Amino acid sequence: MSTERQKSGKTLDRRQFIASVMKTACGVGLLGLGLGLYSQGATSLPAWAIRPPGALPEDDFNGACIRCGLCVRDCPFDMLHLAKLGEEVPTGTPYFIAREAGCEMCEDIPCVSACPTNALDHALTDIREADMGLAVLIDQESCIAFQGLRCEVCFNVCPVRGEAITLDMQHNARSGKHARFVPVVHSEHCTGCGKCEEACILDVAAIKVLPRHLAKGQLGAHYRLGWEQKREAGGALVTPDAEHRYNLPEGMEYEHGGRGLIPEVVPGQPASPVPDNPLDVLNRKGAL
Amino acid sequence: MNAFPGRTARAEQGWFKAHKWLLLRRASQLGILVLFLAGPLAGIWIVTGNLSASMTLEVLPLTDPLLLAQSMLSGAWPVMSGLIGALIVLVFYALVGGRVFCAWVCPVNLVTDLAAWLGRRLDIRASGRIPRDARYWLLGLVLLFPLATGVIAWEYLNPVSIAHRGLIFGMGWGWTLLLAVLLYDLFVVRRGWCGHLCPVGAFYGLIGVKPAVRVAAAGRERCDDCMDCFAICPEPQVIKPALKGAAQGIGPLIADMHCTNCGRCIDVCGKNVFGFTLAYRRAGLGLSEPVGDGASAVAATRHPVSSQPGG
Repeated sequence: MSTERQKSGKTLDRRQFIASVMKTACGVGLLGLGLGLYSQGATSLPAWAIRPPGALPEDDFNGACIRCGLCVRDCPFDMLHLAKLGEEVPTGTPYFIAREAGCEMCEDIPCVSACPTNALDHALTDIREADMGLAVLIDQESCIAFQGLRCEVCFNVCPVRGEAITLDMQHNARSGKHARFVPVVHSEHCTGCGKCEEACILDVAAIKVLPRHLAKGQLGAHYRLGWEQKREAGGALVTPDAEHRYNLPEGMEYEHGGRGLIPEVVPGQPASPVPDNPLDVLNRKGAL
Repeated sequence: MNAFPGRTARAEQGWFKAHKWLLLRRASQLGILVLFLAGPLAGIWIVTGNLSASMTLEVLPLTDPLLLAQSMLSGAWPVMSGLIGALIVLVFYALVGGRVFCAWVCPVNLVTDLAAWLGRRLDIRASGRIPRDARYWLLGLVLLFPLATGVIAWEYLNPVSIAHRGLIFGMGWGWTLLLAVLLYDLFVVRRGWCGHLCPVGAFYGLIGVKPAVRVAAAGRERCDDCMDCFAICPEPQVIKPALKGAAQGIGPLIADMHCTNCGRCIDVCGKNVFGFTLAYRRAGLGLSEPVGDGASAVAATRHPVSSQPGG
């Protein structure tokens, strides 16, 4: 029957043509659907994998990066990897694992210079502006600084030393007489290089570099800190501050710095309300 | 199917002459791999990166234009070295023939050639049929993904880059993809990947529509219809117009953009019908651009299986 129809004219040719086009379109469409769904799942970066400095936000990075590995090759410390097929990291994209080897923060940022596509943004020229992630002292229970032991390794290896991690001296309540030096990360200076996580002396690091969106909280946009508003405005923005009136003994004032009730200092008069001569007090009008 | 295409050529001209272009091609494919691998394996850094983008001797950037196009469609703007690299690649393949990439550079060709060789030797008839223009649909899909989703989704599946990157940076599970391509070519569709589906090859084909280097069936009057060239050719539909088009005034130049310039037809022909020609010498040889050039290309895509060799 088909041969007969094929001979009979062009209508079937057209029909066959449309059918074959539809077949191809459907096949390619199915493949596209599968690939699309797979790629949606496969583009999420696990928290333990850190992008090289200058990497675009993850969604943009997965569009811009062409998986060439030039950044991996130009890293003088050879600490970048290209994800293999089957790994959790999007196939072929560069990453590093802070605990294995953190970024050494080269001044000339060779990995960024090597990138042909701006997936590692060439606008990054100062490595201290890099934002690979944010170190978080995530386990205070095991960090020995919180036990009052001296460690400070993370503080000392930090390439932005004294700025990204500072030590906060606190009272050691356990011994009652010692201090503890607690590392504190400052998000405005931390580049997420991972040297602290790499160097942490525990079997499993207590300080870890996390993607910034996992590490940071954010105050509600409607919040206003009263004291800052007041400072910026140069005065109270709502009801003006009423001057507090104390009901104090005459000649006394209250000092908030810790001295408490003190004699009022009146210019031209002696500092103490109690004159040197006790008779003067006795003779003062209304004193008794 | 002829299990031993090129037998007469081998008998008459010797093994080396009957494998000349194959040997050169393998040398090119492996040589390029060696250049990339010398760095990581032996510490001799000549070329870094991979086929997606590379840097040779720290001066010559090369970028895969299709990948760069996908990157740009996702909204990224490349740096100068990336753009220059892509331009160099475009100009090079426009001159030598776009699909020269497929035959002389691409590592997947080693796999699909192996599948074709096994198919001939073991007499496995992969009888699946899909249109040869499916690759253009796929190419459209590949370019649509970054535009629509902002992700280069094709790179999760692309056997070309996964194979090459895998060899240099670590294969992971990439070998399963190559095995899939091998089995698909061997048992499902003959020359199924490179000749029907691969959007990378489709893209390179489109670059080199009018290349300077082409195969021509200059000695077609000597053809004795042994069919060896059809049996060996990865895109056999390209041969017919050039070899058998004398009556219609078509050929003898193989003008179809799907020709990969692999030169195997030259190797296996016992009658020296085929040879490479350069554009500027074509006039001298009487090999002007055939009149039916465009028509034959359309015919090849619209009737993709019509010129498949008989069994």
